[in-house]
Amino acid sequence: MNAPTVAELVAKGETPEILFWVGCAGSFDDRAKRVTQAFVKILNAVNIKFAVLGTEETCTGDPARRAGNEFLFQMQAMSNIQVLNGYGIKKIVTACPHCFNTLKNEYPELGGNYEVVHHTTLLQQLINEGKIKMTEGGSFKGKKITYHDSCYLGRANNIYEAPREVLKALDADLVEMKRSRTTGLCCGAGGAQMFKEPEKGNKEINIVRTEDALATGATTVAVACPFCMTMITDGMKNKEKEDEIKVKDLAELIAESL
Amino acid sequence: MHYLQQILFVITLAVATYFIRKRVLRIRANINLGKQNEIKDHPSARLSNMLLVAFGQKKMFKRIIPASLHFFIYVGFLVINLEVLEFVIDGLLGTHRIFAPYLGGFYNVLMNLFEFLAVAVFLACVFFLTRRNVLKIPRFWSAEMTSWPRLDANLILVTEIILMSAILTMNATDQIVQTRDDHYVATGSLFFSSYLIPFFTNLDTSLLVIIERFAWWFHIIGILGFAIYVTYSKHLHIFLAFPNTYFAKLEAKGHINNMPVVTREVKSMLGLETVAAPDGEPGRFGAKDINDLSWNNLMAAYSCTECGRCTSECPANLTGKKLSPRKIMMDTRDRMEEVGKSLETGGPGLNDGKTLLNDYITKEEINACTSCNACVEACPVLINPLEIILELRRYAAMEESGSPAQWNSMFQNIETSFAPWKFSPSDRANWIDK
Repeated sequence: MNAPTVAELVAKGETPEILFWVGCAGSFDDRAKRVTQAFVKILNAVNIKFAVLGTEETCTGDPARRAGNEFLFQMQAMSNIQVLNGYGIKKIVTACPHCFNTLKNEYPELGGNYEVVHHTTLLQQLINEGKIKMTEGGSFKGKKITYHDSCYLGRANNIYEAPREVLKALDADLVEMKRSRTTGLCCGAGGAQMFKEPEKGNKEINIVRTEDALATGATTVAVACPFCMTMITDGMKNKEKEDEIKVKDLAELIAESL
Repeated sequence: MHYLQQILFVITLAVATYFIRKRVLRIRANINLGKQNEIKDHPSARLSNMLLVAFGQKKMFKRIIPASLHFFIYVGFLVINLEVLEFVIDGLLGTHRIFAPYLGGFYNVLMNLFEFLAVAVFLACVFFLTRRNVLKIPRFWSAEMTSWPRLDANLILVTEIILMSAILTMNATDQIVQTRDDHYVATGSLFFSSYLIPFFTNLDTSLLVIIERFAWWFHIIGILGFAIYVTYSKHLHIFLAFPNTYFAKLEAKGHINNMPVVTREVKSMLGLETVAAPDGEPGRFGAKDINDLSWNNLMAAYSCTECGRCTSECPANLTGKKLSPRKIMMDTRDRMEEVGKSLETGGPGLNDGKTLLNDYITKEEINACTSCNACVEACPVLINPLEIILELRRYAAMEESGSPAQWNSMFQNIETSFAPWKFSPSDRANWIDK
């Protein structure tokens, strides 16, 4: 698909308007790769001059920092900042709230100052500007969709409305879980939990959250984070609901309605 | 008789002041065991946080019923303390209701307002006792709520009920004596305590004076005793909520504090710049004990009133893991108290062979955190348990290499493949070729 790297653009003497930071999940995880592709489809459809770092991208260091390994985090951050500053990157969009949070809130102290937006915010802007046009009577019209707040978008960065605005544009019937927005329950993957087995307890966090989603009666659970995607999808499989209830990223829902 | 009362009052006040001062200095010294980072930025944003969150109780109102009742106790505390001022002046000068002649009719309005608040505080405390002990709201009974924290909460509520009863008894008997003794200034009719007059009206004036005096002394000694008790209890939030909200983190909640000492090393490792290391012994990476935490984390521990809103929202705690953000704060405070007590008696202080990590907070607890910020969001006084958890994790990871094995593999993957999973870096852009 059409996703030029910054290096390719620079070779042609061009610079991207915006850098799409794909993130490790979006690059390697099979399910998250489909979200990456859906988002690229949208970027191409609205003719945004974007680029990716390709193989020059590396982990932001988020999981290392949250697990306590500050050295590793800063090694990652500094080398990423060298690459980004070397290309003169000004604006970054990412579909991963963890990358978003780290790039936006933690890179400035280490010399990386960029305008960083999450893809849900960009999608909302594109819809508001009329650049994304949905097909009339889209397939989501009247269907119940619930939105699972990612901690790193919501509480961590106060982004609660942009993803909901995007869902409203689908003409879907947005239903809220009993815990949402500031009291939204974590999927269980944050703080580097994605990379280890949970501590001993009496239940899995993603199962509790999946039950919250099931209680709404929605047929689609919208997520905006690759880790939430994994956790809620696993929860649905555990509940044997994976055939009835779709777990989709906002970018996929929009891409399907273009 | 009056002189005797005055002398006794001065002695009482002096004793109370001595003990309160001693405890305040101890608590300040304990907080100063922490790292002395300066927090001087954004004074106006900080002030507005303090006004909205501490003074205005903004975050309490997420749960409207306890918030309204708590609000009465809070306003009662602020306003009834104006009456304590009169108590102190009367006690020192041997006068009785010294403000009454100066304020005239307004004094009656004020006294009625105090009585209304006293009744509201009384009822709110009864309701809170019921919630804790009869309805047994789960967050007041979870694992870290052992016998002392539960007793502490009940003692505070019962004391407040007794103190409010003393005010009303005093006002009831006072109103009767006013009609019989010139020393007792007319206050005008006091609405709530008037209902108690029938219980006392048949008693001798001398007995009424004794009851009135007893209630007066009981109230003022009660208040002073309570003030001393507060410094030992979870109830310090009535003062520390104000500085705690002022010094609370202003950055986005997702931001984790940078470690400049690591930045220096990483920069020189990458050959970006060489900055001379600062003089003196390099500190620990992360936190093993209270002195590795920042002073404002320690103050936060003293600001915690153990309401448990954090723990009741914590996904790890909700699913039966050992982590409880409230326990993190309680442990931090307990450790400070232990070290402080030891220092006070010439003991080893921090070098007593114990540490916050391991002896109080286990790795199993800190490893369960998803850094979701639910606890931070839930706290009505802007305490941040997550900062402490992350500092403890930093110690475990960087000083002990004591992270869970799967995290160590994740670290290794990032070091070698530049992703937390073991994929070949050259495959990173494969998604494009579709």
